[in-house]
Amino acid sequence: MISQETFWTVTILLGLGTFLIRFSFLGILGDRKMPEWVMAHLRYTAVAIFPALVTPLVLWPEATGGTFDPQRLVAALAVFLVGLRLNAVFAIVAGMGSLYLLRYLFG
Amino acid sequence: MRPEERGIFWRGFLDCAPFIIIVVPYAMLFGVVARDAGLAVYEVMAMSVLVIAGASQFTAVALMQEHAPVVIILLASLAVNMRMAMYSAALTPHLGHLRFWLRGVVAYMMVDQSFALSVRKYEFESRMTPRAKTAYYFGTLTAVAPIWYVCTFAGAVIGKAIPPMFSLEFAVPVCFIAMTAPMLRSLPHAVAALVSVVVAMALHWMPYNLWLIAAGLLAMVAGAQTEFYLKRRAAG
Repeated sequence: MISQETFWTVTILLGLGTFLIRFSFLGILGDRKMPEWVMAHLRYTAVAIFPALVTPLVLWPEATGGTFDPQRLVAALAVFLVGLRLNAVFAIVAGMGSLYLLRYLFG
Repeated sequence: MRPEERGIFWRGFLDCAPFIIIVVPYAMLFGVVARDAGLAVYEVMAMSVLVIAGASQFTAVALMQEHAPVVIILLASLAVNMRMAMYSAALTPHLGHLRFWLRGVVAYMMVDQSFALSVRKYEFESRMTPRAKTAYYFGTLTAVAPIWYVCTFAGAVIGKAIPPMFSLEFAVPVCFIAMTAPMLRSLPHAVAALVSVVVAMALHWMPYNLWLIAAGLLAMVAGAQTEFYLKRRAAG
């Protein structure tokens, strides 16, 4: 269970923080230029966080009590390959679809 | 709005309309997953309205479910949104003329799709007036932003009706992988992702989900350094 206190603290501060990030140059910094190295690091924030976040969810899922499940790994690889070639929607369909298919075939 | 601006507004709307196909399932999935994590419908909606940034909302819900410390949840989910500082900087020369409160609205609703379309349009049609630029931006927003609210709500309402045998909790990593994979078309991005996975596996023993912050920081530096290295090499 997620506690009320955690939820509202996270939601309000995340909302405020996200707004300030979006408002940063438009509302506060204006046309001021940021050093190139700062912008270069910003470019990789999303791609730096997501893979790390996903790794334990795929390798040691809570639904299995933390034990490795090969079907989930195969499904995750399917999402990755389809996402690399096509787009996000096809990738999601491929991922959940292959998980259900593997379940059906191997139980 | 003047008639010619109305035309540009609808141009923006139509240009952004194809993205509806992505936003609908994505928003619904957030609603479903958030309910699955134990949030009430009004809490799911509060999050979508206050934050209006899907990737960070998924991040926050996943980490809250793992009972990560609040500081870590905020660091990770805000890091996911840091890319929008780049968007803000890129939009400022075009929309910085607006009144303060309107710039607030532009910022509140800034999403990947409307940013990408607008900046491309502004660069392509250099003779656009500031008013036309504004109309176009809000046109793109109108196509996707209301759908984000409506479909999160729909997902939150039907969420509980989906039985556990469908392993919906697995939709969370699936969504993240689906968002990340299309970004990996450049070498620095691929290096960052690889470092991120390796560090997450190596440091997973760390308490308070600190491994996530460590992996994020190291991967970010790895991506930027790879970019600098490639630039230096190209320059000879």
